[in-house]
Amino acid sequence: MSTPVEQERTLGDPVSSQDKPWLTIVWNDPVNLMSYVTYVFQKVFGYSRDQATKLMLDVHHKGRAIVSSGSKEKVEADVAKLHAAGLWATMQHDS
Amino acid sequence: MNGWQRCGEEVLASLDRQEAAILRGLVGQVLDMLEARAAEAPEDELAELTGIQVGSSQAPDDPILGRLLPDFHRLDDDAPAKADQDSAAALRSLHEPGLLRSKSLVAETVLSTCPPEGGDVVLSLAQAEAWLSAINDVRLALGTALDVTEDMPDELPEDDPRSSHLGVYHWLTWVQESLVSAVLT
Repeated sequence: MSTPVEQERTLGDPVSSQDKPWLTIVWNDPVNLMSYVTYVFQKVFGYSRDQATKLMLDVHHKGRAIVSSGSKEKVEADVAKLHAAGLWATMQHDS
Repeated sequence: MNGWQRCGEEVLASLDRQEAAILRGLVGQVLDMLEARAAEAPEDELAELTGIQVGSSQAPDDPILGRLLPDFHRLDDDAPAKADQDSAAALRSLHEPGLLRSKSLVAETVLSTCPPEGGDVVLSLAQAEAWLSAINDVRLALGTALDVTEDMPDELPEDDPRSSHLGVYHWLTWVQESLVSAVLT
């Protein structure tokens, strides 16, 4: 997750903001346990233990991580599931 | 309580009377807050016909409810974009009723499976997942009320009014940690 999707495009790429995916972002907070956050990433997204742990560590050390991307509807549903689990998640669409 | 044990498709623990009372009391308080918020949702005759519930478009004033029911966009900049504010309001009114139902449901699962007098608790994995979410909600509520930080000490000075509540917070942290590890075993 160290290379956010939107940075993979090179300058001059003829892509409108319509084509860019929405991003689900999880923010660090002082309450949620590292083990619980890893468990939620596995459960909500079906990520492997290793993938989920890496994302959790990104949240912990960098303050945030992009945990999924895609259409607005998909990302909206992902954020809703993360809110139900108690994680601090938001969605954004960089233009 | 000696922590959770995984036994096949179930997880088990034994809570004493005081532990059960504390847990049920806190989960009950969170449930009351969620139900009060749900009751504030705008009246909508269309909702009765269509079954599609509409929630409030405004974030709660209360910081605890604000943490349990976050915005869909970051709005805490000095000057959040108008488009983000409008979108967050629309997404909140669309999703908050479902989020409130989901959080109330997990709280009710704890209240219906944790014996009021204490004793053995036997949970299916689905019930254990509900307990994890409900305990997390209580920790978020307490953590917000106590202004918990990453480097919170195990104990606060005795004259700090938060010191007795912090013990409960740390106990819940331990209960949740133990339950995550039992579920993942």
